[in-house]
Amino acid sequence: MGNIDGGAFILGMSALGAGIAMIAGLGPGIGQGFAAGKGTEAVGRQPAAQGDITRTMLVGQAVAETTGIYSLFIAIILVFANPLIGKYIQFLEQIAK
Amino acid sequence: MDFYNHHLWPITIGKHEFWITTTIRNTWIIMGILILFALIVRYSLSKFQKIPKGFQNIVEAIIEIFYNFTTSTMGEKNKGFAPYYGTIFLFILFSNLSGLIGLRAPTADLATTLGLALLTFFMVQYFGIRSKGIKGYIKGFFDPVPVFFPINLIGEIANPISLSFRLFGNILAGTMIMTLYYAIPFWPAKIGLPAALHAYFDVFSGVLQTFIFVMLSMTFVSGAIEE
Repeated sequence: MGNIDGGAFILGMSALGAGIAMIAGLGPGIGQGFAAGKGTEAVGRQPAAQGDITRTMLVGQAVAETTGIYSLFIAIILVFANPLIGKYIQFLEQIAK
Repeated sequence: MDFYNHHLWPITIGKHEFWITTTIRNTWIIMGILILFALIVRYSLSKFQKIPKGFQNIVEAIIEIFYNFTTSTMGEKNKGFAPYYGTIFLFILFSNLSGLIGLRAPTADLATTLGLALLTFFMVQYFGIRSKGIKGYIKGFFDPVPVFFPINLIGEIANPISLSFRLFGNILAGTMIMTLYYAIPFWPAKIGLPAALHAYFDVFSGVLQTFIFVMLSMTFVSGAIEE
């Protein structure tokens, strides 16, 4: 373990972290599915109001999706714009001084 | 793989250096298309007749859809918002669909979506102050008890952030998945299948997110007016 380069370690761990962050996709998935199920029930009960029900359902699902989008955002930052590498380089420079 | 927001041309103003990015270029392309369409409609206005047909039919249908949408979401007395939200709707829609012709969608940049969400944010504040008065507006932050002030403040600031991140995250995720798919080094995978992916990520997701962005903006603003 002592031979691993610090930068490589940070990159590897960031990739793992990105994967773990996307577990948050579970929550919105369950929530949106639940909303869709209830929407279908409502349409079954009152087919005339289908337009209103669909619209309300979609807006609710979009709001429920927010947490999933946040986790996606964190995963994207970790993979494509990693801030930790910059901190590591700063740390190395401080040690060199 | 090319889904990055590139720096294309430098512009130096004073001592600061700014960059024309892919987003700015693509935004101007889309704005150009929309402005051209608007000018065509403007110059053919004189030829419009009482009984519409052809091109006039399409234009009138678009206008009617926006007015009906605004009326059903914000109520009859806020009908005047239809031109504003129609413009926002068309811009976001064309931005999201621009992935179909190979442009990088301007809405896949947080700067664009945050700008649009901040418009809504300031509109909510303005109409909140106008309908409740400056005293009632400040008092609204201390409702129901003064301890809730930090929570109310965060709730108010979280609105534009979640509004912009939702659009940005969805479109960027679509752009990235498409780019990753096109980067597969197995050429038969690129026949036919990308059409289904484009249909979902660009057309379905794009139209849905446009609708949701405009719908939520309308709900926030009409909520601020009614209070």
